[in-house]
Amino acid sequence: MEGIVDFFREPWTFEFMQRGLLAAAIVSAVAAVVGSLVILKGMAFIGNALPHASFGGVAVAFALGENLYVGGGIAALLTALAIGYISRRGVIRNDTAIGIIFVGAFALGILIVSRQDNYTGDLFSFVFGNVLAVNWNDVWLTAAVAAVVLLIVLLFYKELLFNAFDPTMAQASGLPVAWIEYGLLVLLALVTVIALQTVGIVLVVALLVTPAATAQLLTRRLSTMMLVGAAIGVASSVVGLYVAWYADVSASAAIVLTATGAFIVAFLFAPGRGAVWRGGAGSA
Amino acid sequence: MTERADGPSAWALDIRDVSAGYDGHEALDSVTFRIEPGCLAGLVGPNGAGKSTLIKVILGMHKPWSGEVSVFGRAGKPRAGSVSYTPQVDLVDWQFPVTVSDVVLMGRYGGLGVIRRPGARDREIAAAALERVRLTAMAGRQIGELSGGERRRALIARALTQQGDLMLLDEPFAGLDAAAQHDLISLFQSLVEEGKTLFIATHDLSCVDEDFDHAVLLNKRIIAFGRPADVFTPESLNEAYDRHLMVVRSDQSTFIGL
Repeated sequence: MEGIVDFFREPWTFEFMQRGLLAAAIVSAVAAVVGSLVILKGMAFIGNALPHASFGGVAVAFALGENLYVGGGIAALLTALAIGYISRRGVIRNDTAIGIIFVGAFALGILIVSRQDNYTGDLFSFVFGNVLAVNWNDVWLTAAVAAVVLLIVLLFYKELLFNAFDPTMAQASGLPVAWIEYGLLVLLALVTVIALQTVGIVLVVALLVTPAATAQLLTRRLSTMMLVGAAIGVASSVVGLYVAWYADVSASAAIVLTATGAFIVAFLFAPGRGAVWRGGAGSA
Repeated sequence: MTERADGPSAWALDIRDVSAGYDGHEALDSVTFRIEPGCLAGLVGPNGAGKSTLIKVILGMHKPWSGEVSVFGRAGKPRAGSVSYTPQVDLVDWQFPVTVSDVVLMGRYGGLGVIRRPGARDREIAAAALERVRLTAMAGRQIGELSGGERRRALIARALTQQGDLMLLDEPFAGLDAAAQHDLISLFQSLVEEGKTLFIATHDLSCVDEDFDHAVLLNKRIIAFGRPADVFTPESLNEAYDRHLMVVRSDQSTFIGL
């Protein structure tokens, strides 16, 4: 019995694990809330583009000796606004515009990094994430940004819901849909910045999409989808860090794969909607 | 015709010389017509005739190049709550996690202003609208669980919560079977009896001819407007659709088509 308690308690006797858990839990919760809107609006590709684009800003900041997060944040924000602007112009397809911009910004990052002699693991951790290396400053910054994002979602929940469900009607009702679209992109950029250190550029989209998609299979309303998604994100962080601790594997990969596992379970067994209950009929 | 507070002379909808389009392509050419209050009016015309553009112009979502739109005697962009609207069903994401009552309540959002949440009064109005379209029993269902006819009724309930005296409905009959369509027309007729003015874009010419009070035949410009029997002449239809449509009228029913 005591062995079991020790098993569960041991990882958290280390402060870097406590910090890592706190950062991962905060990020995955807020990512699931914003991610719910992202998947309902079919913006998963943008969710993947912003972290990649932010690498350009991280590299520029690195070369200039500035704060890497500020650099990444500015790049993510500029990319979000550029995507919003181009897709509103409607000259080329939305996903084409996204592809052009984010690969360009990412390539700029690689270009700059390739000229750096003091290429360090610090920069590398942005690509794959290193949640166990966060310091308390990082944790507080993450918590502050997450609080701002959640407050905005709470205040403008009505607008975000209406615009995501039925943008035509929202516009006809006099809602400022263009501002809502830009606002959502800015929220996405903020989540991207705080998610970079937790899971890294490559896996940010997983925190946005996977817990939210799992929650969609289990809920019938946006508000509960956001709450359940956040809970799944937090649970994935806890389980993922245990796996990382005892199996000595990458924490970010373990967190993401735990979330993936939860999705597969929900996809198969979600009450009334899982593949198992529906059988092979495939009817709606 | 029902007597109205703002005078019987005010048209429900008065479109004067409206031209509009996108990126230099003209979609509406000097469109002029009027609809009296308290009638069931149909907007018909071929694909690409400018029906959706016209609806957007009336709603103030699309600025016309020239001309004027008046709703109940008031020109310019309509106030929140003066015009109710129901978009085409295929513009709505039916898999979205919202309940039927959530959707109906959205009709109140436009009048609330930013940040403010719907209150008890808004919920009462939404509940009454659900009752009106006989969907109270479905209030807690996810919107995608409704049948085709129920989905239209849910969107109409949402339009009712906007409490506009003029209701614009874009293709409410698309994809419905005959029974569901008949149900919907009965609902429309009873709304008209309660004083609403309904302006409905549709492809179903026969239905407009049989059941509507008024028809507007559009193909970029107005081909004809007035009583359906006067509008749907072989000549006008030929002009609007650029092909010969058959018009067969009997006592109870009409067939207009190829």
